[in-house]
Amino acid sequence: MALQALGSLRGQRSGDSRKRGGTPMTAHRRSKSVPPKVWAGVVLVAVALALLPFVAALAGQAWVRILNFAMIYIMLALGLNIVVGFAGLLDLGYIAFYAVGAYMYALLASPHFGIHLPFWVILPLGAGLACIFGVLLGAPTLKLRGDYLAIVTLGFGEIIRIFLNNLNTPVNVTNGPQGVNLIDPFRVGGFSFARAESILGVPFSGPQKYYYVLLLLTIGVIVINIRLQNSRLGRAWEAIREDEVAAKAMGINTRNVKLLAFAMGASFGGVAGGIFSATQEFVSPESFGLFESIIVLAMVVLGGMGNIPGVILGAILLTLLPEVLRSTMEPLQNALFGRVLLDAETVRLLVFGIALVAIMLYRPAGLWPSAVRKRELEVPKVVAE
Amino acid sequence: MSHLTLLIAEDVSKRFGGVQALADVSFTINHGEIYGLIGPNGAGKTSLFNVLTGIYAPDGGTFNFDGEPLERVKPNEVAERGIARTFQNIRLFQNLSALENVMIGRHVRTRAGVFGAILRDKGTLAEEAAIEKRSYELLEYVGVAKRANDLAKHLAYGDQRRLEIARALATEPKLLALDEPAAGMNATETQALKRLLEDIRRDGITILLIEHDMKLVMSVCDRVLVLDYGKKIAEGTAAAVQNDPKVIAAYLGGEVTLNLKGA
Repeated sequence: MALQALGSLRGQRSGDSRKRGGTPMTAHRRSKSVPPKVWAGVVLVAVALALLPFVAALAGQAWVRILNFAMIYIMLALGLNIVVGFAGLLDLGYIAFYAVGAYMYALLASPHFGIHLPFWVILPLGAGLACIFGVLLGAPTLKLRGDYLAIVTLGFGEIIRIFLNNLNTPVNVTNGPQGVNLIDPFRVGGFSFARAESILGVPFSGPQKYYYVLLLLTIGVIVINIRLQNSRLGRAWEAIREDEVAAKAMGINTRNVKLLAFAMGASFGGVAGGIFSATQEFVSPESFGLFESIIVLAMVVLGGMGNIPGVILGAILLTLLPEVLRSTMEPLQNALFGRVLLDAETVRLLVFGIALVAIMLYRPAGLWPSAVRKRELEVPKVVAE
Repeated sequence: MSHLTLLIAEDVSKRFGGVQALADVSFTINHGEIYGLIGPNGAGKTSLFNVLTGIYAPDGGTFNFDGEPLERVKPNEVAERGIARTFQNIRLFQNLSALENVMIGRHVRTRAGVFGAILRDKGTLAEEAAIEKRSYELLEYVGVAKRANDLAKHLAYGDQRRLEIARALATEPKLLALDEPAAGMNATETQALKRLLEDIRRDGITILLIEHDMKLVMSVCDRVLVLDYGKKIAEGTAAAVQNDPKVIAAYLGGEVTLNLKGA
């Protein structure tokens, strides 16, 4: 074995290793200039994303709304991915944080209490409150794993929904099963994102305007996720997922790191909930049932747990697939049999179920599983022997 | 205690149901030595490791590490205090690369939090670069740098053992506790391991070594503690312990007369 001239192993704190030996660490990877091909790709994708709502509108405004929903689900799935994919904590009650964010927005921007705060105030508040709820759920479940954690989180999700359903007496907080109506859309000054209008001669519908807000937020959430994953904290999450005992033995404070996973995941759910409230202009407890939690979990698992592009793909597919089936099944049956044998909703769930089973059988790690993150080091090689 | 002493264990006991895994075990480890811990299977060696590193709470007794008591501390606090360990049944982060495994070892000596991760300020980037560089150096130190980008689970067995040592070294320990590092290694790999242990000691890190490979123990350890049924039966230099009748009896069996014909 080569004896490396490393000097003493002891006594080197992280900061000073750069100063040693007169070979300053080059800011590798970042210092490389971005090749023009990559720039061209980025521009192309940006143009495509900018034009997408107009392309979708050719098939009807409903498809623009579906795109918006896809982005809300991307945010939810990425938030859940922090808890399930990175930290390996199975959470079946994730939708509760979505509900917290949605109701936060609904109550602070509707005639229900007569409060009308602007969205840029409520969204951070909603994220913060969801964050607190994340810690509230995380704290008592720190010692649980796997099935046991799943059961407790499932209960938590249901508790939140039942609270929302029943908090209309003795003091009417949530308006119970009727939900909250007439929620304010996003507004900046006199500019409302819900109103159709022409901007510079181009006609924009409400959903098309929201599309751009959602696009920005989604990109923000994606960037934050990527950065979290490739950080000291992200590695600590993955260490806990891989082996909690070893993670502890390596000095990771698993309690704090797990709570951070719950808190971060929940805050994304809170933001997504706020936007959901604003785009729908109506919320009720019905939107936050167990089935929603399971759909979001399915997005994470099918896409590829722990892999950000995979999770995004999962969210898009599972949002679009049911809609595509809904719009094709009846015409298809009419063409084949001359009449509708099974109504679209039934076929939709059937095909959906079959698709899930097939993916789990043939691609158990998800459609786009995570690969090894290669790190190209430019560490000056120590001369061996 | 003298300034030479790094770890003092006094009357450490641990019981699992009816099994006395450790019974009043006392010993001291000096700075800069390789201290062997041997004994037949089930003697309590790994239990001692688990109690020392905070995975189990002892039923009785105390540890004093580097001049301060080590009482009711969580495993992560033990690592922070400067004791790093490896595991008998390798516990790497299987689905992460070898380099990432070592980078996780740097966690306890670095600071970046959520905001650093999201904002990627200068300090965080510098810290990340330092973590990566140091981790790569440690991989070179133990000799698995070529596999830096391979998943830990795809490494050869011997490399996995060495990777675990690199990960433990990344926490900047004062005491490195190795649980059977030579298990499953061939003679060549064991020789390389011996040189690595000597390098680590030369670089100022004290080693506590559980090992069944007696040739390795006898050639590398300064002093050896022998456990049997949770009790300390001998302690001393490798040569002295080797000739201790109690140790021989523990390993080879005492003079037991069997009456096969029944009483």
